[in-house]
Amino acid sequence: MYRYSEFDRDFLTERNRQFRAQVERRIDGSLTEDEFKPLRLMNGLYLQLHAYMLRVAIPYGTLNSAQMRQLALLADRWDKGYGHFTTRQNIQYNWPRLRDVPDMLDALAEVGLHAIQTSGNTIRNVTADHFAGAAADEVADPRPVAELLRQWSTDHPEFQFMPRKFKIAITGAPNDRAVTAAHDIGLRIVEKDGAIGYQVLVGGGLGRTPMIGKVLAEYIPAEDLLPYLEATVAVWNVIGRRDNKYKARIKILVHEFGLENLREEVEKEFALRKPLYAGGQDMAMLQDIRGHFTAPAFETAPTDAYDAFYAADPVFRSWADTNLADHRADGYAIVTISLKKQGDTPGDATADQMRVMADLAERYGHDELRISHEQNVILPHVHKRHLPQIHAELRNAGLATANIGLISDIIACPGMDYCALATARSIPVAQEIAMRFEELKLEHEVGPLKIKISGCINACGHHHVGHIGILGLDRAGVENYQITLGGDGTEDAVIGTRTGPGFAYDDIVGAVETIVTTYLGLREGAAETFLQAYARVGIEPFKAALYPEAKTRAA
Amino acid sequence: MPRDFTPKVITANHLLEGDVVYQTADDRWTRYHAEAELITDEAHAAIRLLDAERQADVIVGAYLADAKDGPNGPEPSHFREVFRTRGPSNYAHGKQVEL
Repeated sequence: MYRYSEFDRDFLTERNRQFRAQVERRIDGSLTEDEFKPLRLMNGLYLQLHAYMLRVAIPYGTLNSAQMRQLALLADRWDKGYGHFTTRQNIQYNWPRLRDVPDMLDALAEVGLHAIQTSGNTIRNVTADHFAGAAADEVADPRPVAELLRQWSTDHPEFQFMPRKFKIAITGAPNDRAVTAAHDIGLRIVEKDGAIGYQVLVGGGLGRTPMIGKVLAEYIPAEDLLPYLEATVAVWNVIGRRDNKYKARIKILVHEFGLENLREEVEKEFALRKPLYAGGQDMAMLQDIRGHFTAPAFETAPTDAYDAFYAADPVFRSWADTNLADHRADGYAIVTISLKKQGDTPGDATADQMRVMADLAERYGHDELRISHEQNVILPHVHKRHLPQIHAELRNAGLATANIGLISDIIACPGMDYCALATARSIPVAQEIAMRFEELKLEHEVGPLKIKISGCINACGHHHVGHIGILGLDRAGVENYQITLGGDGTEDAVIGTRTGPGFAYDDIVGAVETIVTTYLGLREGAAETFLQAYARVGIEPFKAALYPEAKTRAA
Repeated sequence: MPRDFTPKVITANHLLEGDVVYQTADDRWTRYHAEAELITDEAHAAIRLLDAERQADVIVGAYLADAKDGPNGPEPSHFREVFRTRGPSNYAHGKQVEL
């Protein structure tokens, strides 16, 4: 875990002091809303439908128990006793009052957290594989570089007023759990001749113009990474479009200017910037940061108790089968705690639940927690002998739902229940889909299936890369939901294909059920997943089931 | 051809609390949609919006929202504005429990 230096602490204290004064000046009338808005956005403060919203960064999704407890304290003291974990590994508080926000930021600073650049046309919170440092398939832990990028991008003077926001994701494993291909820049750690470097993807993104990132550079050596990224962002910052916010993201530049041309410009710019890094301070900093992320001292202990419990208790077994992932250390497992209990709001945790997770991390998990972009919480380092106890405590807290990767593990944006940009609701759709399949008791039979729901075209719910994607729109003053199928957010990233006309609010859950029963009817055995079956048969059987009247008309 | 003007209310968020407020005919800000001034004339709407925008020390982001006349006063006519009168659907939070 990264521990703040004196410089980090002083910077944050000063920044919070500035924002406190800005809030005071807004309240006493010295600042207009037009003047205040960019300032509050730079500090993560939005104004939503029913209240302000504070978006707190959880850098690369990593936090310790003290930080999680502080998130709980904010929820209790200044919000309504809960927080919402987002698809960008942030947490959002939906009900702060303007006067309280400076106190909330000071409380966050006590544990080395902040809300800087969680909004605005800046480089946003750098996201990473939530299994970083623990996964069995990892080339290298991406978090030291992610922390270097956080420090480099925070208050970077050149990158505070860019054409639009800029998102970077990084993975250290070939199995991409960080959706790197859907980011402005995606970094994949690769090894070449024994040296660690980075494959750089550019121009990925969802939103109204979904695009899969393209390879800008196959291999950038570690010492060139910062100047290369700086060159890339700088080129876009200068020639990216500022005339139309819908065409401002770097994906549009890649599309309109061409990947080859962009690469040429970046290389020219890189040649100019590289000498500025000749002193190697960035590499010295990275080396220092690496020291903060050394692996915990993994224990060697028997796992008999786990094996016996696994054999004896079917509820525990079901949870272990879905919620555990392979750890790189013998006898260890990665635990995913589901924040998707059927009928609850995806990604929400109460303050009490946050404290339970913090306690478990402290007692059994080397004091580490992660937030996934799929809106769950992870205990990355757990020795298997502790799992029965952990499961029991999670059960008591309503956190033992055994559904990771299954149909009720739904990503959903806040939608029109909170968000000022939304065109339809997402949360109740997610709740009802989860409850429908819970009632049908079909979830485990259906197997791996990712449903992702966005309440507007901006696609915070990643619907384009959902196996089943749902997009809520306003059609002539009524909520309407479009469906896409076959999306994939992994290393084989694919944008889903639209089935056809959308469905009314009252019909969308039934439409999803139709898709799932169609899949169950055509799959070649339980081993063929939804995505595999879709790849084999294509969209037509699903269309025929969803729109029987179209078939009748054609006949 | 320009569309006919449809009735409107002026709504915004409260500066300090952030919650939804509506402008009344006697220049107050109310939490109740039914107490809002229902504006049926386009020129009057423009003037009232300017009145609202001048009150930057009380409210944020004033705009004209479609509304219709109802038995107890103006009612929202779009579902977004209906949600703003009551709060989110996943928890009993906001106006649905506070008013």
